[in-house]
Amino acid sequence: MQLTVDQLLVVAMLALPLLGFVVTGLIGRRLYARAWIIAVPIIIVTWLIGMFIVYQALFAGAYGAEGLRFTLYEWIPAGDFSISFNFLVDNLTAVLLIVVTTVGMLVHVYSIGYMAHEPGRWRFFAYLNLFMFSMLLLVLAGNFLLLFAAWELVGLSSFLLIGYWYNRRTAALAAKKAFLVNRVGDFGFALGIFAVWTTVGTLNFVEMPGFGPGAFELLPGQLQAGAIDPWMMNGIALLLFMGAMGKSAQFPLHVWLPDAMEGPTPVSALIHAATMVNAGVYFVARSSNLFAHAPEAMVIVAAIGIFTAILAASIAFTQRDIKRVLAYSTLSQLGYMFAALGVGAFTAAIFHLLTHGFFKGLLFLGSGSVIHAVQGEQDMNRMGGLARRIPITHATMLIGSIAIAGIPPLAGFWSKDEILAEAFLLHFEWVWAIGVVVAVMTGFYMFRLMGKTFYGPSRVDPAVEPHVHESPWSMAGPLVILAVPSVLLGLAIGFPPLDGALHHWLEPVFHDALETLDIHHHEFQLFGLDGLLMLVGATAGALGVAGAVWLFGLLRVRSPQEQRVERLTERARPLYRASYNRWWFDELNDLIFVRIGSLFARALWWIDVRIVDGTVNGIAAVTQRTGTGIRQIQTGRVQNYALGIAAGLLVIAISYLFLAR
Amino acid sequence: MSQSLEAYLVLSALLFGIGTFGFLARRNAIAMLMSIELMLNAVNLAVIAFGAFTPALAGHAALIALLVMAVAAAEATVGLAIVIAIYRNRRTPLVDEYASMRE
Repeated sequence: MQLTVDQLLVVAMLALPLLGFVVTGLIGRRLYARAWIIAVPIIIVTWLIGMFIVYQALFAGAYGAEGLRFTLYEWIPAGDFSISFNFLVDNLTAVLLIVVTTVGMLVHVYSIGYMAHEPGRWRFFAYLNLFMFSMLLLVLAGNFLLLFAAWELVGLSSFLLIGYWYNRRTAALAAKKAFLVNRVGDFGFALGIFAVWTTVGTLNFVEMPGFGPGAFELLPGQLQAGAIDPWMMNGIALLLFMGAMGKSAQFPLHVWLPDAMEGPTPVSALIHAATMVNAGVYFVARSSNLFAHAPEAMVIVAAIGIFTAILAASIAFTQRDIKRVLAYSTLSQLGYMFAALGVGAFTAAIFHLLTHGFFKGLLFLGSGSVIHAVQGEQDMNRMGGLARRIPITHATMLIGSIAIAGIPPLAGFWSKDEILAEAFLLHFEWVWAIGVVVAVMTGFYMFRLMGKTFYGPSRVDPAVEPHVHESPWSMAGPLVILAVPSVLLGLAIGFPPLDGALHHWLEPVFHDALETLDIHHHEFQLFGLDGLLMLVGATAGALGVAGAVWLFGLLRVRSPQEQRVERLTERARPLYRASYNRWWFDELNDLIFVRIGSLFARALWWIDVRIVDGTVNGIAAVTQRTGTGIRQIQTGRVQNYALGIAAGLLVIAISYLFLAR
Repeated sequence: MSQSLEAYLVLSALLFGIGTFGFLARRNAIAMLMSIELMLNAVNLAVIAFGAFTPALAGHAALIALLVMAVAAAEATVGLAIVIAIYRNRRTPLVDEYASMRE
């Protein structure tokens, strides 16, 4: 089969990180300090290819509205069931490629510095390459099963990287927890894929050259013909959404993500903030044509999303570990994205995914730089006053915080505001109302983090204090680079609102789904409802920021008011405890699944031992006893046997004489 | 030659009975082999007698008798060889002592 240059590049984009994984995995141990020498350049090349593909798709329009579709080879041929290794590179994929390859590349560069003192870092770089391969396969996949395989592969890389410090018990447990919680989601996901196969009869997303129409093209017709029950449709959508809930850590499967912060910080930035956790959002957006036909399921998506957003934001209020605050913030922002998907604002969700990928990657890498500066300390109560000691980290993190808080004109403002405005305009007022509250909370907890980390008097361990230093350029460089899109991305692709470059790129992707949902494009009116909503969104963010600045300080402008914080905490003691203890979700899970679950398991164990094993052992015992009895016949004497033969012969002869006549 | 088939059959049955009794009652392996020979020959006698009194069966009877003789010779050869081999091993010709396969 002849591949065109673009197709070849797509394949190369997958093959290179895989090659990097294999080579680094095999000979990495011999590379000692230079374990990155293969892994990082390979990802830089992958990034260049990725950018070329993005250029071809979005700017040159080389693939058209349909996207680049091609089949590499038939993967699973089994009678009627045929799955191919096929790829779909449309504008949605290209938009995802921007964030996956760029953040991926920067995190690889950053890791050179961050992991410099780590023995066994070749393992880290090998896993990181494996992750890049899996994630790229996930966004490029052209059918459900291939996507599912990539889905599991990113889960595996995530597991390996969370448990990178495998001799640390908490890290090993966190890795296990992430894997197990994801299994719950994947169980639903797999069932959903089965259901798609049995109802539609194909797993390809869209028509692949030479393979007939895909699932999203067949579904509407079948639904109209009554071949699929509308409730079946909702069921499929919810099952698939379960997978997305697991991977994107939505309530109630959100418990794994904060614990995943046990992994090295670059991993938290890449996998648990900028890329892998977005897989769920990407998948629901990719399946927008399926979800659009399941309106009831979409309401549930919106509800779970916005509930996760406010739940996680409330927990982020009081956490002391800098990375945990960011982890809950990630949960909260992912909640926003699902809320957007649920109300039908697919473009807004992808917009937020994109901007969030950059500024949250920046914030995580910044937190890594902070942790690096204070020699591995993660408790914000033992930081403070770092602004002047690590100025680059501080400046870039400040930009990231303003971006996520939704202050115009930084990236986060445009995307978050679009989600809220769309929710309101599509008559999901309750989503909008909760979203505005979450916006206030976001501003607050981010600037609490900034205040506690960078401003006021230093609370750093006196032994560490003299060694606080700015990170090397391999680490500071990515921070500076990531700060640029955190500022400009919203303006660059999301302006003017509802009519930016991104909206034009994604218009063909979501066209059919929006048609189904009867949502039509409308002009943005600055001096109308749109402008008012935008004002409300910006004010909400600013309000939260102001509150946090009032309490926790900002630069030299305002110093932290610790007594005031104490007093407020004291006044809302139960709320503080609920938030600090993460609403006791881990304890709840412990009660339900560990305590009650183990009682149930013990009952089953009793049945297994007494009844199942009893039956089996009983049969064995009866057989043995019977055997012992019958064995007496076997004397070992030839003549006894001969007597038997003679007696038998006699019986035959006599019966012949008397009976046969 | 007697003119009565029954006489031959009675003789054959007697010989067979003696053979059977010998096989079941004698403990000596050689004697048991001899008893088997007796039984085979008793059957042979019956077959030949049937052949002689029924002209249509004469050819078949002779054939069967020859076959039985060949089998009997082969059986005696192999049987004796086995008995000798066991005798060398166990120093006894008595079959009720050959019970080591029992457990």
